[in-house]
Amino acid sequence: MSYQKCLNLFRKRNILNAAILLGLIFFVIILSLSRGSVELSTNEIIRAFLRQGDVTNQIIFWELRLPRLIASLLVGSALGMSGALFQGMLRNGLASPYLLGISAGSGLVIVLMISMGIWLPWIPYAAWIGAIVTTFIVYLLARSGGTISVERLILGGVALSSLFGAIQSMLLLQTEDGRVQAALTWLIGSLNSRGWSEIKLAGPSIVFALIMSLLLSRQLNLLGLGDELSVGLGNSLFRSRCLIGASATLLAASSVSVGGLIGFVGLIVPHAVRFLFGTDYRLVLPFSALLGALTLSTADLIARSGSIEFPVGIITSLLGAPIFIALLYQRQKILINRK
Amino acid sequence: MTLITKDFSTGYQNKEVIKSINLTLKNVEWLGIIGANGSGKSTFLKGISRILEPSSGAAFLNGQNIHLSSTKGIAKDISVLPQLQTLDLQISVYELVCLGRSPHKRWWETGLNKKDLLKVDESLALTDMNTLRNKPVRTLSGGQRQRAFLSLALAQDAKTLLLDEPTTFLDVHYQLQFLDLLKDLNKDQKLSIITVIHDVNLAARYCDRIAVLKDGILIALDSPGNVLTPALMKEAFKVETCQIKTPIGVQVCTIKPC
Repeated sequence: MSYQKCLNLFRKRNILNAAILLGLIFFVIILSLSRGSVELSTNEIIRAFLRQGDVTNQIIFWELRLPRLIASLLVGSALGMSGALFQGMLRNGLASPYLLGISAGSGLVIVLMISMGIWLPWIPYAAWIGAIVTTFIVYLLARSGGTISVERLILGGVALSSLFGAIQSMLLLQTEDGRVQAALTWLIGSLNSRGWSEIKLAGPSIVFALIMSLLLSRQLNLLGLGDELSVGLGNSLFRSRCLIGASATLLAASSVSVGGLIGFVGLIVPHAVRFLFGTDYRLVLPFSALLGALTLSTADLIARSGSIEFPVGIITSLLGAPIFIALLYQRQKILINRK
Repeated sequence: MTLITKDFSTGYQNKEVIKSINLTLKNVEWLGIIGANGSGKSTFLKGISRILEPSSGAAFLNGQNIHLSSTKGIAKDISVLPQLQTLDLQISVYELVCLGRSPHKRWWETGLNKKDLLKVDESLALTDMNTLRNKPVRTLSGGQRQRAFLSLALAQDAKTLLLDEPTTFLDVHYQLQFLDLLKDLNKDQKLSIITVIHDVNLAARYCDRIAVLKDGILIALDSPGNVLTPALMKEAFKVETCQIKTPIGVQVCTIKPC
């Protein structure tokens, strides 16, 4: 049977693709663990991993590099997956994890706390709560009748974002310079000195939401057919938009509580995945998580490789944008050649 | 399998478009809904497709209230083909038709089993889409696209099919081809069909009974020959017509607007 052959070929290729991505991630993992102000050889990494040998090396491995690496992988996969979920649910390629007010909500809370100088250790929790509460408000605004309208979700998100953004800017202007610096690091996004406590805070919810989202992939495909066809196929628009939105928000909010508002990854990674692997969300979702993890861990490696460390949020945009434009251009060429 | 509406009214926000329609779709019957622009025929179909809630009255499928039952349960018995002219889908025909199995899957199930795949193959074969199964939907021609979506509806394995103006964007050849295909399905697969249809003569040619809507009210429901009389055509469409008998059944010849 020819179609079965085609399907099998397709599946084989996907496994190969996944293998390549995983290989690249593994490569970046090794590089991330060995590179830094103190270079560790593979042998030293293995010894440190087994808690043997030089104590300084063990501390560098267990307390500095490993948690930061895990944080970058978790946050990257969360952002990639969250972006894919929002883009699929809203049927809009401009949707990012921050569209529905997550950046505004958590940004406002972060700036508020830093400018007033209160409860600073609780910032990750507060950012998480700020993100979730804002998205919840946007959802309430988007409710009309027994359903949730996509247009109202997007517009509500934009409106609330600009409102909170204005308050945030006002607060920033009133804040003394030293504190502005700290606030900016959160707003740009950085993984500097992230440790096990952040991972323990955000890790479980990210892993839970990643698994949950994979189960929602068919519902995303259904939503892609449009409201009427989707309802005809027995999909409850209200329920699937709530479930998908909740997973995506949980992912984005958790990643913000670890790394701040890291841009670009959530917006562009799903696009790159669709270029490379097609539009079936059963593939788009897992590959977005993988590519997101690869992108952010690479960016973080680059961010801390120079003589001064940059916030990783700057690197993702600075390097990601040209790569994305190249990808876009390449695809255009392929499409033209086909015609 | 019977679909019944009782005093069914529906519409948008505060505007009631459909007013108290009583109608029964018999088993293995093809019912056509005709009416002038703005008569509410598409709105009525959206109502019984559960895209719009009834403002009063109800629709029943085998005695079950359509709008109060689980939407997934209803989707096993009714499949819906809305007007699709703007949909730009990148997925392949095969992936599209696979989605037709959704009502038979639990919410977390993303894969299909052997039985599902058999049904998908069967639907593709019935609509003669086998050779195009790996093509992206967006690259299909109008006629092929309509068949792809019909294939999706068939994979749903429902015995009632609701179609909103399925032939509007097709040329004459594909119109006849598509409606012939529906007739075959109606006879061989024992499907009950409701189509909203613009073309009175196509309705007369294919439908067992025709329902005529005017300003949201059902003004006639009978066989084509009894419905498409000059008096009724004048009332519903404001055109002067005469009825002619042809080898393919009763047809309407339009004379002038009035």
